[in-house]
Amino acid sequence: MKVKYFAWVRERIGKSEETIEPPTNVRTVDDLIAWLAGRGETYAHAFERPRVIRAAIDHAHVKSDAVISGAREIAFFPPMTGG
Amino acid sequence: MAAAVTIRIQQADFDIGREIAAMTKGRTDIGAVVSFSGICRGTEGDDAIAALTLEHYPGMAEAEIARHAETATARWPLTAVTVIHRVGRITPGENIVLVLTASAHRQAAFAAAAFLMDYLKANAPFWKREEGAAGTGWVDARSHDDDAAARWTKS
Repeated sequence: MKVKYFAWVRERIGKSEETIEPPTNVRTVDDLIAWLAGRGETYAHAFERPRVIRAAIDHAHVKSDAVISGAREIAFFPPMTGG
Repeated sequence: MAAAVTIRIQQADFDIGREIAAMTKGRTDIGAVVSFSGICRGTEGDDAIAALTLEHYPGMAEAEIARHAETATARWPLTAVTVIHRVGRITPGENIVLVLTASAHRQAAFAAAAFLMDYLKANAPFWKREEGAAGTGWVDARSHDDDAAARWTKS
């Protein structure tokens, strides 16, 4: 699946998107955040406060317990500050 | 007639008068247009701001605004909705966002414009980065923006 990062999540990780293949025991958004955080220092820094991170699956906001199976694109970003 | 919805995300500035004219042209069912524009301030608290840079999530930003516009047109008898959100570098005094709502009568247009702005602030995937005297940094989300959006879900 494709993962996208925005704002300071993107800056901390150092890339705006990538394709990942998490193991099958990674079922939810929470699981995926924990798995990504274990991929290295930059990821650990980006996801150090998981409660702050917002997620979207296929362009729609989801809660952290949302199941990720079947997702084409998952995005992680800080709370929004538009308008 | 169904509400005509226009949504644009663009770097370029917009002309509010021209947008209102485009919205109302040839129509005789519009009795009220409410316009909200968000403008870049030159200060945040005591700190001077040199510029804002707006990042967005292409694809989702349009989809999220469209969802809110649909909710608004289902909730109020609107005849037209226009939402324009700028991205990129914006300096103090420049426009950031425009919401236009049109209806036969003013109440629906006023309410829908406030609803749309509250929802956009809290839910549309845009992020502001501020350039100030002390350097640059991401703007923190404000809990009162979430509260403002939440008030529309109370009955």
